Amino acid sequence: MAKITLTINGQKTVLDQDPDMPLLWLLRDSLNLTGTKYSCGMGICGACTVHVDGELTKSCITSLSEVNGSKIITIEGLSKDNVHPLQKAWQEQEVSQCGYCQPGQIMTAAALLANNPNPSDKAIDETMSSVLCRCGTYQRIRSAIHLAASGGGK
Amino acid sequence: MSNVSPINRRDFIKLSATTGIGLVIGFHLPFKSLLAIERIETPQFFTPNVWLSIDQSGIATVTVSRCEMGQKIWTSLPMIVAEELEADWSRVRVTQGDFNRSAYGSQTTGGSASIRTSYDNLRKAGAVAREMLIAAAAEIWDVPASSCRAENSTVMHVSSQKKLDYGELVETASRLKVPGEVPLKDPENFKIIGKSIKSVDAETRVDGSAIFGYDFQLPGVLIAAVEHCPVFGGKVKQFDDTVAKLVPGVKHVVQIKSGVAVVADNTWASLQGRKALKITWDEGSNAHLSSEEISRTIRENSRDRGTVIRDDGKPQKVLTGTENKHKAVYELPYLDHAPMEPLNCTADVRDDSCEIWVSTQRPSRAHRAGMEITGLPAKSVKVHIQLMGGAFGRRLYNDYVWDAVEISKILRVPVKVIRTRDEDLQHGFYRPASYHKVRGSLDTKGYPNVWIHRISGSCPYEGLLTMGAAEMPYAIPNVQVDYVTSDITIPVGAWRSVSHTQNAFVNECFIDELAEIAGKDPYRFRRDLLQEHPRLLGVLDLAAKKAGWGKQRNGHYQGIAVHASFHSYAAVVSEVSVDTKGNLNIDKIICAIDCGTVVNPDGVKSQMEGGVVLALTAALYGAITFKNGRVQQSNYHNYKLLKMKNMPRVETFIVPSTKSPTGVGEVLVPPTPPALINAISAATGKRIRKLPIRTGDYGFSFR
Repeated sequence: MAKITLTINGQKTVLDQDPDMPLLWLLRDSLNLTGTKYSCGMGICGACTVHVDGELTKSCITSLSEVNGSKIITIEGLSKDNVHPLQKAWQEQEVSQCGYCQPGQIMTAAALLANNPNPSDKAIDETMSSVLCRCGTYQRIRSAIHLAASGGGK
Repeated sequence: MSNVSPINRRDFIKLSATTGIGLVIGFHLPFKSLLAIERIETPQFFTPNVWLSIDQSGIATVTVSRCEMGQKIWTSLPMIVAEELEADWSRVRVTQGDFNRSAYGSQTTGGSASIRTSYDNLRKAGAVAREMLIAAAAEIWDVPASSCRAENSTVMHVSSQKKLDYGELVETASRLKVPGEVPLKDPENFKIIGKSIKSVDAETRVDGSAIFGYDFQLPGVLIAAVEHCPVFGGKVKQFDDTVAKLVPGVKHVVQIKSGVAVVADNTWASLQGRKALKITWDEGSNAHLSSEEISRTIRENSRDRGTVIRDDGKPQKVLTGTENKHKAVYELPYLDHAPMEPLNCTADVRDDSCEIWVSTQRPSRAHRAGMEITGLPAKSVKVHIQLMGGAFGRRLYNDYVWDAVEISKILRVPVKVIRTRDEDLQHGFYRPASYHKVRGSLDTKGYPNVWIHRISGSCPYEGLLTMGAAEMPYAIPNVQVDYVTSDITIPVGAWRSVSHTQNAFVNECFIDELAEIAGKDPYRFRRDLLQEHPRLLGVLDLAAKKAGWGKQRNGHYQGIAVHASFHSYAAVVSEVSVDTKGNLNIDKIICAIDCGTVVNPDGVKSQMEGGVVLALTAALYGAITFKNGRVQQSNYHNYKLLKMKNMPRVETFIVPSTKSPTGVGEVLVPPTPPALINAISAATGKRIRKLPIRTGDYGFSFR
């Protein structure tokens, strides 16, 4: 066990935890931030994606020791009252089916837009191919990103 | 509807009790009690389904008894009730019903059945309520009911323009007798049905607040990870849990019927503990089973005449006497459902009760598991249906519920069983593998006069092998279809659209091959042979028209397929292109559906898009294979899913219809792979008869 200090969604948290434990389980089990999902456990599917110091991070394969001292944003902390343009656009485009992968999709898209406010289809394909969706919502995800980028969905 | 999040029944009851609205004063319609004489405060029903409750603020709460897995029935089913209720949609709320067979009837959610089997009853449920609210207003005003009408959650007296809100009518309405017969609205006057209404729970999917089974947390729950025998049918011989028990957080290690469970106070500890188990397995009779052996078995079985399910004319005799013959063999693999949310179940077994919280498509089986394991009577076992993170048929099988109930029974604490991705993929109920031999011949005009199809499948169940085979729709005078089962003991189950997947592939590829041999256009060839099937023709024509059939650009090639399933009709045109390096690109998929009356058009379109993606994934990558009795795939790197960058443009079109609503969720899956294969054939001249597509075998690659 080790002392882990994190700032999660703006709140400083100090915990005594196994430093080898993936960040995912701290978020879900200890902090009840269940919007970040487990699906593959290998960093393949992206359902567990969060931002660590602004960088896209697969929380299922990232140990607490690697993120000690970092600022972490999860889907619950993306915006107050769900006003992020992507959250609006996602609803406008009726993107979600089951919705299980969507927190990972939205966090990934948010990082994309932060670096590239008006991404091309190619840029969207490149970044968003790191998150899998079994329901088949990719086409609507692409539209929602364009909508958010164009200032729509607000 | 704005900002509505479904609340579970328990919360709803709690809320109702504390606020004094809803169940206490509210007025409740056990809606199959249309003929009922009495109404009950605690719902007790005859052959009921779903019920409706209106509180004194005029909020109508619709209970959805089926299970939500992304098909958006939390929105579409309440829309049906709200339509007949003449409700203001912004004042409709939704709640998920618990398992309650006597109240709701079947709650099994599969077979693309939720809307088609609930539509009439839900309309009646809304209409009964509407008529009673009108009668209540008429009583208050002392006017004939016929002089009043309902609109936007209010009743109006037409001549005087007096109005009463539904909330103000609750008390009076709840004293009235439930009418037996009520008029239903003329569909021409529908205001809600037929509109693309936003999902009631869309917001919960974008802020992480939607609670799936995997997210559900009971106070004091322990987390259990179960190690199952890697070989199907194998058993634990012995195990050593010394190291597992040393993992901080691990509380118990218990042997259960299906394997060994490591139970801990957090997920990470249970997973670490599971890894540390040393188990010796008795691998049983499947220890050496391999995909090669399964393929050989079903190939050899296909030599035997099977059970005949269609026999028209004299196919063998006519085939012998016809010159222009063709035959082909098609092979399809095992497939897993692989929903993004792995299987899970929470159970709390006590001396006199058993409660289960589970993402399931078949709550009745979860309930049965609870009863059988605990020995408790039906009324002591409660199943709370949780939101599913995808299902595709997998959650019809409740093996994971058995594990959770058994562990909680042994430990007498609440337990959440969680599967890891590898456990999920390697302990499935797979779509069976199949081997199809097809023969046909063409008459002197170039139209088929014989169709002989033998299905040989890797399972003992007809239902998982034959759907859509005997129903081959083309006008062919001599047809024989038969099937052969096998006793291979790999668990099998319904995979989105079940055996339509295999037979639509066979039907639509072989008819395309016959068209090619006849030298006819594959769309027109189908048209000529479908004159007796106007609804198949309807979708075929719509898809062809929207795709600009035959007008594709240079270097672009089209393939078409059409198939009926779950009482609906779908056609797909796939367009592919080949670049100068010989790489093939799937450019677009144009699809059409006729599913009768459409409740929520955008919901239908999203299911069509989803069906296309699942089917393309299967065609391009999908195969579960076995070696030494073990599944060789373990995660999404070797059981791949289509990614955003591989996603073609999908355009969806709906045939306008006033017929009864029919299935949607599965209907686009069957025709998508054959449309793609037929397009690839047009582009490359190669006929692919084995899935998934191993491009190396055909001398091209995907871009």
